[in-house]
Amino acid sequence: MDLENCRGIMVYCEIDVCGIIDNSLELIGHANTLKEKMEHYPEVTAVIIGSDVGSLITVAARHGADRVIMMDNPRYRVYRPDLYSDALAAAAEKYRPEILLVGASLSGEEIGPTVAMKLHTGMAAHCVELKIRDDGQFVQVVPAFGGKVLGDILCPGFRPQMASMKAGMVSKRIFEGKVAEIESFDPDVRGFGDRLQVIETIPETRKRVSLSNAELVVTGGFGIGTQEGWDKLEHMAELLHGVSTCTRPALDAGWTDKEETMVGTSGVAIKPKVYLGFGVSGAAHHTCGIKGAGLIISVNRDANAPIFEVSDFKVVSDWEAIVNAITARLEATSAVCPDPDRA
Amino acid sequence: MALTIAVCIKPVPDSEYYNKITIDPVTKRLNRDGIPTVINSMDKNAIEAALRLREKHGGRVLAFSMAPDTAIENLKRVLAMGVDEAYLCSDRVLGGADTWATSYTLYKAIEKTGPVDLVIMGNQTEDGGTAQVPSQLGEWMGVPHLANVIALDYEDGGMVVKTKADRGTIRYSLKLPAVLAVTRDCNEPRIPSVMDILKVGKKPMRILRAQDLDLNPDFIGIKGSPTQAGEIYSPDMSRKSEALVGDPDEIALRILDELRKAGISIG
Repeated sequence: MDLENCRGIMVYCEIDVCGIIDNSLELIGHANTLKEKMEHYPEVTAVIIGSDVGSLITVAARHGADRVIMMDNPRYRVYRPDLYSDALAAAAEKYRPEILLVGASLSGEEIGPTVAMKLHTGMAAHCVELKIRDDGQFVQVVPAFGGKVLGDILCPGFRPQMASMKAGMVSKRIFEGKVAEIESFDPDVRGFGDRLQVIETIPETRKRVSLSNAELVVTGGFGIGTQEGWDKLEHMAELLHGVSTCTRPALDAGWTDKEETMVGTSGVAIKPKVYLGFGVSGAAHHTCGIKGAGLIISVNRDANAPIFEVSDFKVVSDWEAIVNAITARLEATSAVCPDPDRA
Repeated sequence: MALTIAVCIKPVPDSEYYNKITIDPVTKRLNRDGIPTVINSMDKNAIEAALRLREKHGGRVLAFSMAPDTAIENLKRVLAMGVDEAYLCSDRVLGGADTWATSYTLYKAIEKTGPVDLVIMGNQTEDGGTAQVPSQLGEWMGVPHLANVIALDYEDGGMVVKTKADRGTIRYSLKLPAVLAVTRDCNEPRIPSVMDILKVGKKPMRILRAQDLDLNPDFIGIKGSPTQAGEIYSPDMSRKSEALVGDPDEIALRILDELRKAGISIG
């Protein structure tokens, strides 16, 4: 798309069974933060693609959408990357935003670059920061080498300037009582036709762990060493009412199957009040995801572990000795009398 | 039907050495001296997936890479794994390409060497990790493409593919040609034997320069890239790193105390 007559920020709203996902709502909120620094104070437009999704308009508005483009059609009942990409590209062509934001979810990673190709524009993936420079230029900050290096990405000559961001990088904003302008848009979208077909969608049955509101996060790394050790760490986390999370090597070792709790550039970014790390070496991939933590305490046997540099408190020790001691303390204070008559 | 399969390979700095990557304070350039270059991890899963399809259905596997001439060494490894032919797109004018220009160049290279039935790639690279090139290559080719592929097979003239979705999995059928981006869940890549390595010298390997590829000069390298790289920096994440010392019980008490001070209610 050429530069002429492009205005405002468009956010693609990804939907699951519970409605618009947090990742998208966060981006609508952040779009409001960006627009406050932009000339003309442009509109934030949310694009909702789905079937029978009218009830989501108020959700988008309450989280900051000035305008909602409804692409409500039975053809979008089941997610198909080609149809959704065509739909979003058509919306961008019609409404001509300066900036188009997409959540860096698995489906966002399919749709985003596909739309960028269709529109012949640039896209910055997995941004850790999106900002408007004083001269008005939109700056997208991306991680490289697992977060060891950050780089600014600019897209001055093409529109829309596209960016994706993982969940948890920015916070949702609430605009109580806000009413959005609504437009229906139903272009003839065909994707790859019968060259691509969905045979079946198999939903995950396990309840996913949510990290967005976790105040205390207990992370285990590869140093935990065994399944037995992992279970012990999880037990301590439960006693602390904390949420257990993992690093990529711990996940790959198979001690936990909760992939959604993997913290880092290829997983989630977290912002707990306290991060407690055990047997975590501190690879850049991981530490990039914990920089939002209020307090970082880490325990590692290796005095030179890179995790210590980014910690408020460090404990050079075998992780198990510390976990045993914390567990013993907690079990002693929370001991309840097993006989209810005597309680 | 025998399948002609292209796999795309990116040589990347070994992730074991990421902590040694620095930025020169004067030139503001990345210093990665002494850091070995390896084949991107998920690209090995792509090679393995292609080889298994060839073993089951017959055909050829061709590797493509856009990288400097030094990537010849990485492509030798690719050939040792069992790939039949390798093509390296190497030219100064291709340097600095973003995913848009990279996918264009790979598209032209694949087109140049003849039609393929299927392209398999790693879902993302370890260094940049954008996960954008597979979808964009599929768009250049005008063929169906899917990312996050965890299982694939060739059946009745098309592919049956399982992808990891945000809340479950999806099974698709695709007509060929198609582009698939595979993750590490797809398979366990093979390790070449000494015999495999000895066969490498007999396999065709060719460097393609820009002039060999009928490229639109406005679509390649820095000039053809919609995005521009600005400043780079190392985020300073260092904190006070105060040591907690004592016996395990004393340390446990200190940790619990710090949790309370930070506003965590305990027991």
